Amino acid sequence: MAWVTTQAGLGAAVRALISPVTTPLLPDDYLTLINPMWSARELRGRIVELRPETADSATLVIKPGWGFTTDHRPGQYIGIGLLVDGRWRWRSYSLTSPPRATGSRTLSITVKAMPEGFLSTHLVGGVRPGTVVRLAAPQGNFVLPDPPPPSVLFLTAGSGITPVMSMLRTMDRRGQLDGTDITHVHSAPTPDDVMFADELQALAGAHSGYRLMVRATRTEGRLDVSRIDDVVPDWRDRQTWACGPEGLLADVESAWAAAGIGDQLHLERFVAGRGAVRSGGGAVTFARSGVTRTADAATSLLEAGEQAGVRMPFGCRMGICHTCVVNLVDGRVVDLRNGTEHEPGSRVQVCVTAPSGDCVVDI
Amino acid sequence: MAISDVEAFVHLTDADIHALATELDAIRRDVEDDLGERDARYIRRTIATQRGLDVAGRVLLAFGSKRVAWWAGTGSLALAKIIENMEIAHNVLHGQWDWMNDPEIHSSTWEWDMVGVSKHWRRTHNVSHHKYTNILGMDDDVGYGVLRVTRDEPWQPGHLLNLPINTMLAVGFEWGIGLQHLEAREMLQPENRAATAERLKEFGTKAGRQLAKDFLVFPALTSLSPSARFSSTLKANLLANVIRNLWTNAVIFCGHFPDGAEKFTTTDMAGEGQGQWYLRQMLGSANIDAGPVLGFMTGNLSYQIEHHLYPDLPSRRLAEISVRVRALCDKYDLPYTSGPLLVQYAKTWRTIAKLSLPERFLRATADDAPETRSERMFDALGPGERVRGLKSAIAAVRARRRGNRQGLAGPP
Repeated sequence: MAWVTTQAGLGAAVRALISPVTTPLLPDDYLTLINPMWSARELRGRIVELRPETADSATLVIKPGWGFTTDHRPGQYIGIGLLVDGRWRWRSYSLTSPPRATGSRTLSITVKAMPEGFLSTHLVGGVRPGTVVRLAAPQGNFVLPDPPPPSVLFLTAGSGITPVMSMLRTMDRRGQLDGTDITHVHSAPTPDDVMFADELQALAGAHSGYRLMVRATRTEGRLDVSRIDDVVPDWRDRQTWACGPEGLLADVESAWAAAGIGDQLHLERFVAGRGAVRSGGGAVTFARSGVTRTADAATSLLEAGEQAGVRMPFGCRMGICHTCVVNLVDGRVVDLRNGTEHEPGSRVQVCVTAPSGDCVVDI
Repeated sequence: MAISDVEAFVHLTDADIHALATELDAIRRDVEDDLGERDARYIRRTIATQRGLDVAGRVLLAFGSKRVAWWAGTGSLALAKIIENMEIAHNVLHGQWDWMNDPEIHSSTWEWDMVGVSKHWRRTHNVSHHKYTNILGMDDDVGYGVLRVTRDEPWQPGHLLNLPINTMLAVGFEWGIGLQHLEAREMLQPENRAATAERLKEFGTKAGRQLAKDFLVFPALTSLSPSARFSSTLKANLLANVIRNLWTNAVIFCGHFPDGAEKFTTTDMAGEGQGQWYLRQMLGSANIDAGPVLGFMTGNLSYQIEHHLYPDLPSRRLAEISVRVRALCDKYDLPYTSGPLLVQYAKTWRTIAKLSLPERFLRATADDAPETRSERMFDALGPGERVRGLKSAIAAVRARRRGNRQGLAGPP
């Protein structure tokens, strides 16, 4: 760890030394012309391998460029930006690799192609090794502590297994799988749809502490959370990490709350959050100001913010000057002039965009 | 006294103006829908080329004792600065490339290679100038507060210095732009003092860095080379900056100060719809006749009219947009002001020279002068001479004036 810090410090020192020459640009702005990975200004990575997992999912192995020194915690996700038709599109995916895989400084995400998911389909089927992507630092609170609690329940469904895979691999690497009592209930339409099926079976075979139950929902039906006692009798005694479709998570949340053990439950809602359910208007959260205000489909983010007393940036108020652009952190907004929809990770003009469902802006 | 009623001036009905706005909106939509990989590649290559020229210029100046290397280096550096300021920074800061969602080529992050701070300029330029284009008292670009560029502004003795001031502004144009947002007048008001002090600090930091780079760091670095001296690089950098200043000043002045670029009064703004705004942009701007190379060197501000209609559409699309805008001008009988660079630039100097003189030396009134007109210019036309649109009406007024003059000169 120490040498990494030294290296980063050295890099910063060299950069500070050279910047009077490159001002108003940074040395990185010239270096990236030689090699796109030579930038600490924006985190970048190169896709080095594309591994199919199931018929509609694939693992992307990414080698990060300069500046990606942040070590992630198992269960966290990263933002990944991909250039499609001249535009950088951003999505968040759970990391499936354990933190700091020794030797190879790579990380991996596993993506399931969603029927309506334009970018996920592109990632699974259209992207080639060698492609340069942008990265956002790992984040998220859905993480496994170190050391892990003595007894654990993983409840996953579909691609909800991805953050848990990182946890399992981490525990395997740290030799914690035998000393921990883990029950893992995973649901998928058919056995063929189970991501990492072979690896999961191998882990279950090698470690007595890890019990895996795979449920093929097309033949066995969905997991009935109200009858979880039948499947995991001691669920009340476990720390639970659940990730999957919104329906499952809602059931789990109310069951755990009813049992008075809501504090033992850790949820990751990403599958639902990126659904296609949209409507005009929504609750706008101004993240930095900590204010939320509901706005209809005709009210711009700027008006909503001003009504809520947020100090909003503004200029021409007609969409031409681009002095009021802010980052759209979550949710979607729609351009009032032409109906164009903007997705999370875009910078949007608050004077001419209105919420399309709930959204979060960075102001 | 400048245009105070756009509808009356343009000879169009509300329905016409609405229809025109719809057609102009359609052009924007077509271009926006078509933006993609080719546009993205264009700006990335332009940026790479510009940085290549910058590096080449700096390296050549390490051999600045040789005459050829010195001139080549100076030229390359001047070219790099012009391209950076015009085709890259001006357009990036307008948000023309924001659609790419690339944080490194984005209006909110770009810092340009000149003494002014990008953030300050976006306010004076993108907001004040592009929203309130050519409105007297609201668009500070009408004379930049130091020049008399329209006879709508009453003459003061200081205007006798119009020509020397214009020369100084052209040579040090980046300083004019950098200082514009500091608004010295407002600094006197106590409530603005803190904000102005903050801006002054930001400007000081930026300008300091720019000065250090061109007049200290690079001269010092090249002085280590046996084939260059501190002073050879210093002079080269100074010349490159001045060339850039003169060029950008010429291009910018050709946008709104040649004959035919109209001025407006604040009364226009009352209840202004999108159509009226479009018209104000078209009437207030002037193009330069340019091919691809000259167009590129002006940052495609040779299409000033189109740029003002669509300030945030990528510059490389303005040429194709201009074909459609010209067709609309023909359809609605509107003038489309354009001319060769030297002619347009000469006209700006002619106006500035003329307007250094007091009113009694000027022949034309503010209702019908080369640099400003108003709807009152058509009062002279009789009811039988009412014509279809603005372009025909201007021609009719001109013909009548010529006729009058000939009539006076002829035998009694």
